[in-house]
Amino acid sequence: MTAVRPGPTAATSTGRRVRRAAAPAAAAWTVLAWLVGLLFFLPVLWMVLTGFKREVDAASNPPTWVFTPVLDGYRQVFDRDITPYLLNSLMASLLSTLLVLLLATPAAYALSIRPVAKWRDVLFFFISTKMLPAVAALLPIYLLVKEFGLLDNVWSMIVLYTAMNLPLAVWMMRSFLLEVPPALIEAAAVDGASVLLTIRRILLPIVAPGLAATALICFIFSWNEFFFAVNLTATRAGTSPIFLVGFITSEGLFLGRLCAAATLVSLPVVLAGWIAQKQLVRGLSMGAVK
Amino acid sequence: MTQTVATGPGLTPRAPVVAPAGRRAADRWSRRAPLLPALIFAIVVTQVPFLVTLYLSTLDWNALRPGERSFIGLANYAEVLTDSRLRAALTNTVVLTAGAVVASVLLGLGIAILLDRRFPGRGIVRTLLITPFLVMPMAAALLWKHAIYNPAYGLINGVLGGSTDWVSQYPMLSVVATLVWQWTPFMMLIILAGLQSQSTEILEAARVDGAGGWQIFTRITLPHLRPYLELGALLGSIYLVQTFDAVFTITQGGPGTATTNLPYEIYLTTFRKFEYGEAAAAGVVVVIGTIVVATFALRVISSLFRMEDAR
Repeated sequence: MTAVRPGPTAATSTGRRVRRAAAPAAAAWTVLAWLVGLLFFLPVLWMVLTGFKREVDAASNPPTWVFTPVLDGYRQVFDRDITPYLLNSLMASLLSTLLVLLLATPAAYALSIRPVAKWRDVLFFFISTKMLPAVAALLPIYLLVKEFGLLDNVWSMIVLYTAMNLPLAVWMMRSFLLEVPPALIEAAAVDGASVLLTIRRILLPIVAPGLAATALICFIFSWNEFFFAVNLTATRAGTSPIFLVGFITSEGLFLGRLCAAATLVSLPVVLAGWIAQKQLVRGLSMGAVK
Repeated sequence: MTQTVATGPGLTPRAPVVAPAGRRAADRWSRRAPLLPALIFAIVVTQVPFLVTLYLSTLDWNALRPGERSFIGLANYAEVLTDSRLRAALTNTVVLTAGAVVASVLLGLGIAILLDRRFPGRGIVRTLLITPFLVMPMAAALLWKHAIYNPAYGLINGVLGGSTDWVSQYPMLSVVATLVWQWTPFMMLIILAGLQSQSTEILEAARVDGAGGWQIFTRITLPHLRPYLELGALLGSIYLVQTFDAVFTITQGGPGTATTNLPYEIYLTTFRKFEYGEAAAAGVVVVIGTIVVATFALRVISSLFRMEDAR
């Protein structure tokens, strides 16, 4: 949505303050910013480093910072067959994202460009389903899924993740569709273009980046989802966070293996988020912040 | 669930074009058609389970005693509302959510201010800062539990010395700290967008009028940031009130019920005690609580949109 739109002067608002600040003070702020950034990143760095250590180095005190990297942790993780879990996650995330876009884009169209009469109520209905605590729906969903014989089935997860991300996607896609200049659509109508042709030739090219941003957010949330996965799947349809459950109470030397697995399952989302930083804010705020 | 609380926001879509009388019904349906698949899907998948929960909440049903299922009216609700475990869970949920939201908003604000200026490597620092939010929550919880909090070989004791067992001694703080680490980047991103949307003219005018840095911050920047802070706090609350991964992984709700929040308690009632009737009643109570809070939250959202209209 266009709720809180940055002003047209956004780009220039920072430069001038730098010029005004005295050089030593500015340097101190820069150092502080770097320190805070590194501090927040430290646990991630530690995770990645530990994943390449031998188990004895991983569990050392004081911590080992200099070591010869080995792939033992990763080898063990693949020996314990993480691959099916990764593939299940990939399938659940990609298919639910595709389904969400197929459902949400037309719905967003009917809430923005050619709005239905009660579009406000519909919009708030969608967002209210997002506020509904998942835990309140767990038991009936578990019983229904069991009734249909779909426990430990990746399709159950696809349907649930689609429902989970639908409100988000509707709000986001609507905010992108509202940005299409009305004059463009009117001009197409005057030229006698059909609705479908207008959508295909004018709307879709303009909102393509919006579709990509929405897809990214839906992918992130499905990939990371744990609550329904742990209660509805096991070995056959288990997604990547389920592979990690085994590490909760592990005894003995397992830290290197744990960190290798944690790095591996986090990698797709971290990379996607890094690449699409600009779209991230808008997506996370459901289109409210650009 | 909360569709009744829908208050009219002041959004600005295009006004419906009035069709000729005879074609009005057809026009209405052609407008509705693209919406229906998504709407029906959302109703079936999110509302039907709730109706089932309502029904289950009136049953005396423990899955460990198959065949014994009877209607007992509101008895489960009496049980739930007088249960001390559930009251503890409610308190823990409030402490956990409020603690994590407030801390991450404040930290996010501070970091956003640090990043709201040009300096060498700003893009890299920003990338480093958003990474915790992108790490899978389950992986983050495991990482903190074993690689950071562990008394024998965890990073904290490894660097600072000592042999404090962080998770046993400060269970709630351990969970909240992990969540704050993950959610501060989220708050920072939203607040930074707010900072960068400030009007340069107003800041310049204030400076010309002799306003100091602190004055400008409290009188101009903070009021300008208010909707962004509200939005961040609101979205953060929606997600953090449902925290499950961190509790499940780091403390298993313990010691005792020290970190058992509502999602984890209902999970225990369902899948450890198999008290389906009670779990359903607890679920209904949580939903009613959510509706009350959400009504307030939706008012915040719609006021954000009204503000946009006023511009």
